[in-house]
Amino acid sequence: MIKFLTKIDGINNILENNNLLEIEFEKNNIIKIFNELRDNTELNFNQLLDITAVDYPSREFRFDLIYILQSLTKNKKIILKTFIKENENIESITNIHKSADWYERECYDLFGIQFINHPDLRRIMTDYNFEGYPLRKDFPLTGHTEVRYDDLEKKVIYEPVKLTQEFRNFDSESPWEGMENKLFGDEKSTGEN
Amino acid sequence: MKEVELNTTTINFGPQHPAAHGVLRLVVELEGEVVQRAEPHIGLLHRGTEKLIEYKTYLQAVPYFDRLDYVSPMCQEHAFALATENLLGINVPERAKYIRVIFAEITRILNHLLNIPAYAADIGAVTPFLWCFEEREKLLEFHEAVSGARFHAAYFRPGGVHQDMPEGMEEKLFEHFKTLPKFIDDLESLLTNNRILRQRSVDIGIISKSEAIEWGCSGPVLRSAGVAWDLRRSQPYDAYDQVDFEVPVGKKGDCFDRYLVRIEEMRQSISIINQCLNKIKPGPISIEDNKITPPKRNQMKKSMEALIHHFKLFTEGYRVPAGQVYSAVEAPKGEFGVYLVSDGSSKPYRCKIRAPGFAHLQTLDHLSKGHLMADIAAILGSLDIVFGEIDR
Repeated sequence: MIKFLTKIDGINNILENNNLLEIEFEKNNIIKIFNELRDNTELNFNQLLDITAVDYPSREFRFDLIYILQSLTKNKKIILKTFIKENENIESITNIHKSADWYERECYDLFGIQFINHPDLRRIMTDYNFEGYPLRKDFPLTGHTEVRYDDLEKKVIYEPVKLTQEFRNFDSESPWEGMENKLFGDEKSTGEN
Repeated sequence: MKEVELNTTTINFGPQHPAAHGVLRLVVELEGEVVQRAEPHIGLLHRGTEKLIEYKTYLQAVPYFDRLDYVSPMCQEHAFALATENLLGINVPERAKYIRVIFAEITRILNHLLNIPAYAADIGAVTPFLWCFEEREKLLEFHEAVSGARFHAAYFRPGGVHQDMPEGMEEKLFEHFKTLPKFIDDLESLLTNNRILRQRSVDIGIISKSEAIEWGCSGPVLRSAGVAWDLRRSQPYDAYDQVDFEVPVGKKGDCFDRYLVRIEEMRQSISIINQCLNKIKPGPISIEDNKITPPKRNQMKKSMEALIHHFKLFTEGYRVPAGQVYSAVEAPKGEFGVYLVSDGSSKPYRCKIRAPGFAHLQTLDHLSKGHLMADIAAILGSLDIVFGEIDR
């Protein structure tokens, strides 16, 4: 199978890991690659299981875009991965896999990744008129707005989120196992004074 | 320019409607009583599970999985436990594997015992609902006996299961599953040849083989279309390669086939549980590495090291080597997968949950086109929609 995968244009790197193939590809060749993966009888990846992203805010190519494909005839799953920048967009694959429709909408909703030529790219998970992309690492866990029923206005209203106690994210990383072999004051023993 | 008069009505179905199986808002465009377009609006139960998990240790993430598809909790913990074990590179003991299979199958029966009568209730039968809830209650007692909770069990944990089954449990299970096949026969006598059920489900919501694959369907929906695909068979995990079972498939892929597949799956589950009960042997129920699973309470009273391990495990948690993994299980509704990315710390960097219902609900527009408005309720029921997992 790897032999056939390496022949496809735009596939860069193939890693085998726990009976799962992880493949990196060029985002410009996406349509060609997915068509080839589905139509090549030796590969026959006919089912798209999921599309998702992973956010790494410090990197230039901020998002890892992940496609999980399955071949029902060859009984094999692969993970395809490409890297995109924050304001970049990528071609939609709804014409190749119908199920990509909602998966791409979800990805757009939660990460803000734009898919070109998607028939109906709207938010899907979040509230109507929601702002921001919740699964980005710079979006706070507590969110920006909260809702409540207002007795005077007789309707549900949105307000900036108010917390009686700040969200606490304890850092309990072990000082023993995470530590390099260095103690406070070590610099004094090697320095000149 | 020619003027065209549109003769369609648009109505809102849900979000509060008993046949919507939760909080589904459906915008339906009707011509007379015939559905032209059905557009689901989802997300009303979105709780941000994936975001929350990024802020929790691996052990603290387990209970979130119970709350996704809340009628089949243990199967989802199973997917997360497998993914974490995969990243940690550990192998759970034999007994834990069998216990997991037994309870995954009990959960499957629980799920189908809810879906079948709920589906029947959607199209007019009330009695099965009452019958099945009694049976469900008996099975939930087994959940309670091992985990202390009827639904939100948090029982399958990375490294094994939380605790061993109480003494005498195996015999009790064995006795119970002697009586259950009779119940399924009785349930079938109410439904399978019932005229109303057949009128309302045969040839309704047909999905073909190729369509089912294309739309990302899995589980009973895919099998009812005639594709013999079951992850328990094709990519076995835990002890599924040790048991023998059959994969029921449908012929047409209509609502009635989906119902029949589920009935037969319950029978197969009983057979799997019985085989496991025959093969299960005493032994450890989780790996004996205190860096990952906590020490026993009586050890903690005696050993300083056990106390430190316990403290560290429930504050910092264990560190998981950096990497990514996708693990899937055959949940009662279909392929439930967890895509887990670790950065080497004690909290997941990203945890994507692949819910089978999400893909199934997407097909609703396609399935209901050309059917009557009342058939939407039947199609929804037969797809086995639960919003906990779809909205996450």
